[in-house]
Amino acid sequence: MREITLADLDDIATGAAILGTGGGGDPHIGRLLAASAVREYGPVKLCTLDELPGEAALVQVAMMGAPTVMVEKLPSVDQVSAAAGALSGYLGSGLTHIACSEAGGVNSLIPVVAAAQLGLPLVDADGMGRAFPEIQMVLPTLYGVRATPMAIADEKGNRAVLDTVDNHWAERLARSATIDMGCSAMISSYAMTGAQARDSLVPGTLSLCAELGRLVREARAAHTDPVAAVVARLGGTTLFTGKVTDVERRTVTGFARGTATLSGLDGDAGSELILRFQNEYLVAEVDGQVRATVPDLICTLDRESGEAVTTEALRFGQRVTVIAAPADPRWHTPEGLALAGPRYFGYDLDPVRAEGGSGHDLAPGRATPFSGDDLDPGQATPSSGHDLDPGRAATPFSDDDLDPGRATPSSGHDLDPGRATPSSGHDLDPGRAAL
Amino acid sequence: MRIGIDVGGTNTDAVLLDGRQVLAAVKTSTTADVTSGIVAAIAGLQEQRPFDPADVRAVMIGTTHFINALVEARRLAPTAALRLSLPAGASLPPMVDWPGRLIEAVSGRGYLVHGGHEFDGRHIAELDEAEVRKAAADMGQAGVRSVAITSVFSPVNAEFEARAAEIVAAELPDVAISLSSEIGRIGLLERENATIINAALRELAAHIVDGLASSVSGAGITAPLYLSQNDGTLMDVDFARRYPVATFASGPTNSMRGAAVLSGLDTCAVVDVGGTTSDVGVLRHGFPREATTDVTVAGIRTNFRMPDVLSIGIGGGSRVRDGAVGPDSVGYELTSKALVFGGDTLTATDIAVAAGRAEIGDPSLVAHLDKSLVEAALRRIAADVADVVERMRTSAEPLPVVAVGGGSVLLPDELAGAGEVRRPDHYAVANAIGAAIAQIGGEVDRVYAVEPGRRDAVVDAAKQEAVDRAVAAGASPSTVQIVDFDEVPIPYLPGNATRIRAKAVGELQLTDAKGR
Repeated sequence: MREITLADLDDIATGAAILGTGGGGDPHIGRLLAASAVREYGPVKLCTLDELPGEAALVQVAMMGAPTVMVEKLPSVDQVSAAAGALSGYLGSGLTHIACSEAGGVNSLIPVVAAAQLGLPLVDADGMGRAFPEIQMVLPTLYGVRATPMAIADEKGNRAVLDTVDNHWAERLARSATIDMGCSAMISSYAMTGAQARDSLVPGTLSLCAELGRLVREARAAHTDPVAAVVARLGGTTLFTGKVTDVERRTVTGFARGTATLSGLDGDAGSELILRFQNEYLVAEVDGQVRATVPDLICTLDRESGEAVTTEALRFGQRVTVIAAPADPRWHTPEGLALAGPRYFGYDLDPVRAEGGSGHDLAPGRATPFSGDDLDPGQATPSSGHDLDPGRAATPFSDDDLDPGRATPSSGHDLDPGRATPSSGHDLDPGRAAL
Repeated sequence: MRIGIDVGGTNTDAVLLDGRQVLAAVKTSTTADVTSGIVAAIAGLQEQRPFDPADVRAVMIGTTHFINALVEARRLAPTAALRLSLPAGASLPPMVDWPGRLIEAVSGRGYLVHGGHEFDGRHIAELDEAEVRKAAADMGQAGVRSVAITSVFSPVNAEFEARAAEIVAAELPDVAISLSSEIGRIGLLERENATIINAALRELAAHIVDGLASSVSGAGITAPLYLSQNDGTLMDVDFARRYPVATFASGPTNSMRGAAVLSGLDTCAVVDVGGTTSDVGVLRHGFPREATTDVTVAGIRTNFRMPDVLSIGIGGGSRVRDGAVGPDSVGYELTSKALVFGGDTLTATDIAVAAGRAEIGDPSLVAHLDKSLVEAALRRIAADVADVVERMRTSAEPLPVVAVGGGSVLLPDELAGAGEVRRPDHYAVANAIGAAIAQIGGEVDRVYAVEPGRRDAVVDAAKQEAVDRAVAAGASPSTVQIVDFDEVPIPYLPGNATRIRAKAVGELQLTDAKGR
């Protein structure tokens, strides 16, 4: 894919919902905003990581706060660009490219809005290769790239720039600002050079979203199995087909945690699947045996349509197929697991990898999982030379950045839909969901 | 006694009930003007079982007329959407995701003004009354006849919608006004869409409701008239004039509730086999299980509460070929295309007749059909329907199956995995019976400040208010019960704010014209 046109947005939204692994927010509003921006400013040029000049100056843009607020208080095109503009102003240098922080959910499409309005190419890559709830949960963190300076903008015209001592302070301060801004704001963060981006981002993920969406659309049109097409493309495996018989949700230290129980259909008749989630699907157990865990992708798809079913939309009676797919291998290094492994999320489990994990091509050419040695702070210093803020950006990451003990769920996450429960009611109501 | 009428796209069905006993049941063709079909249906009842119109205590009508008007994009009023949201929301104006032909059909115009609330009740901006007046003046010049007003987070606080409505009504006294806070849930675009649809149907609703009322009174019936709503409860005609959108899913709801009454089961799966599809829904405690995802109506995303119905393309008109049944159907051409009617197309109806399950048309015209072909087709139908029922079943508990609709003769007496299929009397007019037995409800949906130790008292007060509202709407006090209750704590708000929703329903309290 060389550029993103209006015609591509539906497919990208469908694919992004799948890579959202149950979280990341419904891409519907992102799709509408991107359509509005592309209609006004024209198609967005896509740039692969390989084409990206080493001296390119990138920033990521994303929506922060509660997706359920965003569907009520709709963001505007200007608001997205305002965050990137404020960061660019603080950095005192022009931007050459826009990048995605996550490939899953609404935040795969928000950067399209900024790229269209600012007239900048969008990098076909993201920081996760999926969706995660916390802002430091990106591969650039493993490479010592800092989240700040970052900018945050609301719809009223308020903007703030945060320049913090570490990424946890960035999260804490940005979250406070987001709540005051009404629980839905746009952020721009992770300023980095092209060289840093080539090292640390997951390549090709916007194209992958578009391709997954196209596969689902074509399979439906041809009356073939869309779920099978998704599994094949992701190099994953089908874990279970069943109907949701129970959904239990509770809010623990601000997170929308919960479990869903599915009873098997077809070949899985007589079996039971337990899905554990915290914004995203994190653990899948079939008949008491753990079959897949975070950081691999656990996606729940409508059995007939192949559309992703988010943890918020998960309801009694739905008929779904649960699949697992390998994450970028760098998430399986000790440092990656410390940042986003099952123990970080509070499950005392060793990670269980999706079967067929070798076949995926989320990170062609970079699939070699780097060993622990690679993370020696002295060596992991991102390619020096780049220059958005030389004094700071080259700071090797400290223990703080990877210490799960410090990054307690109650303190820092930024992109967590469950935290800022809106006053809407229904969607988050445990009494109703657990029929 | 009471009369239930279901006005479908093809047929108008009517029943005369005494308690839950069916005294008379008729099927007539739906007419273009709706009302003459109803006159014919009531006359048919009178012919079958003569009654004194003064003995009728209530008439309940279920109709797909409004949803069909939207789908067919006809008779929709010129409508404006007024959104109170600036500075938010400007990039996605009203109707941004609508099909172009429907925007044209409602001559849709969108206006954005400053206003709206944050999730926690703060104001995004103060309501700009001058902007509202200016928008109203422009609407007046453009010939707008109905206005839909939507404010950000109005399900939490509707004060701006109410104030904007006052201003618009003062400027444009003749337009109809619909408020989103009275129609939908959180999710601005979906709620606004539902409100615009409602607004566009207001004129048609007034016309149809007047027509229904005059055709009923023309038959000498002076009892009150009710329309059935999506959730299986009733609304009076004044409410129906203001909220036509509340009738959208009453068809499947009535069919399911009618099946429950006919079979005496209040928790069951209902298979409604029509001409083109079989629709399967599940009743729990007498009410349909609700769908939980956004519902797209005529290409427009909305967030109505709709019954959870799964459909497959098997019905009386389904074509049968190469061992497959459906999903394509000869539809309304059944009476010319099916073999039993002298046509040349093998349909599911021909299979039913050949198997001796129904006497329709001329059975001799299917006598030549190969026995194994007939049995294979019936097996296929049974297997496909059993699969859908199995998918709708959500627990290991056995779920009895009730079959209704004209095509239900296609189903076997036993369904794999589900057991016996019950086929109650009058199965062909279950819709009209469902309308006739609909109950009347009252609802509370509000944010309460719950002080420590006061939760039970607050919950009780909310439930009592729902009960009182049901009684005020006409429910018999001794029959009212709470059927739905939600309690959602709202974080980040002082005072332990909790959103409480309670819904109560009861039997309609009936008195006839003679005061009985």
